[in-house]
Amino acid sequence: MELDSLYQEVILDHYRSPHHKGLSAQKDIQVHHNNPSCGDEITLNLIMDGRFVKDISWDGVGCSISMASASVMSDLLIGKRYEEATKILGAFVELMQSKGQSQGDEVILEDGVAFAGVSKFPARIKCALLGWMAFKDATTQVIK
Amino acid sequence: MSLDFSRYKNDFPILNRKVRGGNTLIYLDSGATSQKPETVIEAEANFYRTKNAAVHRGAHLVAEEASEVYEGARENVARFIGAKSDEVIFTKSATESLNLIAYSLGNPESKFHLQPGDEIVVSEMEHHANLIPWQQLAKRVGAKLTWFKITDEGRLDLSDIDKLINKKTKIVAITHQSNVLGTIVPLAQITKAAHAVGAVVVLDACQSAPHFAVDVKKLEVDFLAFSGHKVLGPTGIGVLWGKAELLDHLEPSLFGGSMVDSVTMQGATWAKAPRKFEAGVPNMAQAVGLSAAIDYISKIGMDKVAQHEHDLTKQLISGLQNISGVQVIGPVDMKDRGGVVSFTVDGVHPHDVGQYLDQFGIAVRTGHHCAWPLMRRLNLVGTTRASFHLYNDENEVKVLLDTVSKIKDYFKVSK
Repeated sequence: MELDSLYQEVILDHYRSPHHKGLSAQKDIQVHHNNPSCGDEITLNLIMDGRFVKDISWDGVGCSISMASASVMSDLLIGKRYEEATKILGAFVELMQSKGQSQGDEVILEDGVAFAGVSKFPARIKCALLGWMAFKDATTQVIK
Repeated sequence: MSLDFSRYKNDFPILNRKVRGGNTLIYLDSGATSQKPETVIEAEANFYRTKNAAVHRGAHLVAEEASEVYEGARENVARFIGAKSDEVIFTKSATESLNLIAYSLGNPESKFHLQPGDEIVVSEMEHHANLIPWQQLAKRVGAKLTWFKITDEGRLDLSDIDKLINKKTKIVAITHQSNVLGTIVPLAQITKAAHAVGAVVVLDACQSAPHFAVDVKKLEVDFLAFSGHKVLGPTGIGVLWGKAELLDHLEPSLFGGSMVDSVTMQGATWAKAPRKFEAGVPNMAQAVGLSAAIDYISKIGMDKVAQHEHDLTKQLISGLQNISGVQVIGPVDMKDRGGVVSFTVDGVHPHDVGQYLDQFGIAVRTGHHCAWPLMRRLNLVGTTRASFHLYNDENEVKVLLDTVSKIKDYFKVSK
């Protein structure tokens, strides 16, 4: 059914066993983002090493899409150079805006392509972007 | 046994449409907005087709007819809630109604107005629309906002009513029925306590007036607000009712055309209520649509509507209680309980529950329902909410229950 394109197995796996969940003791910056229309919340700690994303950790409450997306985002962006991370983020945002027309580039987005189906459900796009927008906010505050 | 309401369903064109998964829409989100019968859609369209002109102005026939049907709508609303027609103010929404009254009660020009140190009482189960206007009023005038707590069962906790409603209390603003829990509040005790200290009672009737008979005289409240779109009427029309003697003493909070008695370059004086509260060309077609909605629902009878929804609510609550891992949030006892049922599914976020139900054509609301403080009190991120109106039926409840029982498997939640 149509729903299966939204709830890919990869997404449900990340939801049940999220990666990098639990806030690190140290951080360069902490940001808190929420989605007031549904109440989803995320707190994200970012540690940079020069222009490299050294660590992302997060905690939050939300639906399977928002939590799984934060998990995938952390996996993808930790260890990346800022420019590379920004490129991946751009690719993910583009996928979310594709209205179901894009499969996503697996080379760039890896597990992130599982979220392609989300773009067909307008109300869920904000869920999928929650963690990514928190990351964007955090990096733009650290990288001047 | 249960009433046969099946004949009414076809009056609502949208209920025939197909939605996700090729399913016929099962609309269980009337707490957010109700669907509209054809007569309402026609009444609104017909106003534009045959009577469209700015009311209370214009020296022509169409303007006269427009004024007549607009004022006729006011009389109809008044009848619906047991009021006098010049006590009925049309607004664009219940939210506007509540803001309007909060502004007027905060205006020092009003004979009855708030002062620093005065107290406003609300409850923990208010919709944001009956909370934030009072927070803001308190802030503007230096008053204090206090609130009734709720019990773990989701009833209003009246144990500290004598302390809460005291000599400093000027306003008690309370919901008639919680839009999350379905709880109907014990009004008599509250109005008695409020009036004993000279406070006014503002009732948010958004979830009550569309579902059971509401009579402002019997309720003994001072102001009452509800929205047209939840009572089978159009959007863009809300009602504020106030006791005539209070409206006389209140300043308007919106200013402009058609609410004046006289205007000079230096100032203006106001028309009598309700006109002084209706600045600008009002939402005429919507008022006429609301009037048609009231005709429609009154013909069926509010007591029958209430009984029908009561039966569905009972069926849903007992069904949900039989599904493992599902919790009903709110009273399960049917006494003073309306047709709004919130629930949670262990291990599955409400948004995912709602998405799953949508696949089967079932439209519910998920999240905090514009009652964020209540969610915090309940330690919940949100709930899934099914809410009824007269067009719902037993079979829809069965489909909902059956679908809910499969959710945990779909999301592979253990237990």
